[in-house]
Amino acid sequence: MSANLAAYTTSTGEAFQFWVLGTVAVLGALSTVLMKKAVHSALSLAGTMIVLAVFYLANGAYFLGVVQIVVYTGAIMMLFLFVVMLVGVTAADSLKETIKGQRWLAAACGLGFGILLAAGIGNASLKDFAGLGTANSAHGGNVEGLAALIFTKYVFAFEITGALLITAAVGAMVLTHRERTERARTQRELSEQRVREGKHVPPLPAPGVYARHNAVDIAGLLPDGTPAELTVMQTLRKRGQIRDVSNEALSDLKALEQRSAERLGREEEASR
Amino acid sequence: MNPVNYLYLAALLFTIGAVGVLIRRNAIVVFMCVELMLNACNLAFVTFSRMHGNLDGQVIAFFTMVVAAAEVVVGLAIIVSVFRARHSASVDDASLMKL
Repeated sequence: MSANLAAYTTSTGEAFQFWVLGTVAVLGALSTVLMKKAVHSALSLAGTMIVLAVFYLANGAYFLGVVQIVVYTGAIMMLFLFVVMLVGVTAADSLKETIKGQRWLAAACGLGFGILLAAGIGNASLKDFAGLGTANSAHGGNVEGLAALIFTKYVFAFEITGALLITAAVGAMVLTHRERTERARTQRELSEQRVREGKHVPPLPAPGVYARHNAVDIAGLLPDGTPAELTVMQTLRKRGQIRDVSNEALSDLKALEQRSAERLGREEEASR
Repeated sequence: MNPVNYLYLAALLFTIGAVGVLIRRNAIVVFMCVELMLNACNLAFVTFSRMHGNLDGQVIAFFTMVVAAAEVVVGLAIIVSVFRARHSASVDDASLMKL
């Protein structure tokens, strides 16, 4: 990154890096838009951001390159993944169009916009570039140079961003915090209520078919072989995530019978 | 290679992000596309900083990152509270104000 590097082109290594990693960045961006599940989009976007961090480093922005990895891929994308987890990983986007032809119109708009941007960049006279060598070494390094700017020329903007960050943290707390409007009932009160109502006085039956399954999402079977929904906890019942194994036992039995019949048949043949 | 190529890449990423905002309906994915656009702008800032040989572009990119972090925190909080109230993160479902 010396200042007297050729003023028109970068090194061959950087060009190679640009073309390889640039392809990766564009592919990551495209899959962010096109992936059906939000988790896949988030991971593709994290990949694109790491590539951008490498580009910052290549452009002489050493501090920003590290900050990009720490803040964007480390904090922001993990926050996205947390929210995807909260909102539900299984909730895939429905890809049915609600407005007719909206997707094609959007793609056409994007194409036109991209052509406009590219034409603007192509028309600007950006033939030579100064390089960051002198700017980075003026104060003894990239971080020192940035600090000199932030704490002198941009000090008010810096202070205002501090206020903005505090406001954002308080805002997020206010938005997501929910005050409990009623006191949580104690175990004793719940049991008294059960006795008063007169149904299910003993504890609820446990899930699982003993000697076969003991997972919480498997409903216990009644004597006639039908699953008892009451054995599965309320959260899973609401989500409809109950695994029904009532037919599994029958099919297992059938397979067992078939196997033993085959063996018996073979033994019969052998004895004959 | 001329560093202008970085600007073309930034323009391409910005366009992809904009198209994503237009076509996706999951609020989280729309938000990710906004982040992609912000990142593309940062790349352009850093490239301009290198072209002009001063660090102001990097300072602006740094401020963009701070604002993006604040924006993500508030935006995701809004998405979570909307999801709690309506059990959906689709931007089409939040149409209570429509006549």
